[in-house]
Amino acid sequence: MNKMSLNPMHQFEVYKIGPEININGINLSFTNASLFMAISATLIILLLFLGTKKKLLVPSKIQLVTEMSYTFVAKMINDTAGSSAKSFFPFIFTLFMFILFCNMVGMLPYSFTVTSHIIVTFILASIVFVGVTIIGFAKHGIKYLELFVPKGVPLVLLPLIVIIEVISYLSRPVSLSVRLFANMMAGHTMLKVFGGFVISLGLLGGWLPLGFSVALTGLEILVAFLQAYVFAILTCIYLNDALNLHH
Amino acid sequence: MELEAAKMIGAGLAAIALAGAGVGIGIIFGNYLTGAMRNPSAAQKQFPNLLLGFALAEATGLFGLVVALIILFAF
Repeated sequence: MNKMSLNPMHQFEVYKIGPEININGINLSFTNASLFMAISATLIILLLFLGTKKKLLVPSKIQLVTEMSYTFVAKMINDTAGSSAKSFFPFIFTLFMFILFCNMVGMLPYSFTVTSHIIVTFILASIVFVGVTIIGFAKHGIKYLELFVPKGVPLVLLPLIVIIEVISYLSRPVSLSVRLFANMMAGHTMLKVFGGFVISLGLLGGWLPLGFSVALTGLEILVAFLQAYVFAILTCIYLNDALNLHH
Repeated sequence: MELEAAKMIGAGLAAIALAGAGVGIGIIFGNYLTGAMRNPSAAQKQFPNLLLGFALAEATGLFGLVVALIILFAF
């Protein structure tokens, strides 16, 4: 038995595939993380391409999936951010599909979960944070700072409230990225820990953790979808703050 | 105390934060069920809010797990 394969953290290791590329001291080698990102992106493009190739009135299965994902995201944006956010549909759809496919591809055995690395999720969250801030200032100008001053607060409490609001605004990218990262990492570690129990308990006692493993895989698939959904809906909520100030 | 042992104890203590997440998720689902039993016609509309609340509550507990991992692996 290989000792290394029993380590539940081993699955998160990033290693390079192919030659090492070094530009100005920055390591730009093609890694397994980049490979699985490319696989996820290819799968999304394939799904959307095949789904919209033949536009049937009675949709085929793949067309149905494509239409469902479209209406799902469109409805989510409309419900949470209002109709003025409609122009941001491509961005939120891309974000949702990318995270969903990265999570789902990561659920396959022997694959790599891109979203279980904090740097990937932090970059995604930073794009949302910086983008939303720019949109807010572009739309409302300096009045966007009113976001930090809630209406109907007593004047005595105002300095405290403003500080709290500013801190909560600045912690958005951290909480957004850590939520996705921690969920994916904790879930995958748990799966591997239970997988380790199956091996160490052997043929006699291994059936119980095996059953747990199957149930946990189901839970993890739910979490994989849920986290993509939550990431997208929180982006919509932040966008709503920036577009419709105090509504 | 040796540093290695202190790290292990600290990581274990940080993971207690997940108890709060358990309580929070229980409250969210319990209250959703209560509300859904009282008014089943309004239940479907609040389902996205349920999932949102579940994810937000779970994430707060997982911050504790991240602290544990930082203690174990980053220092």
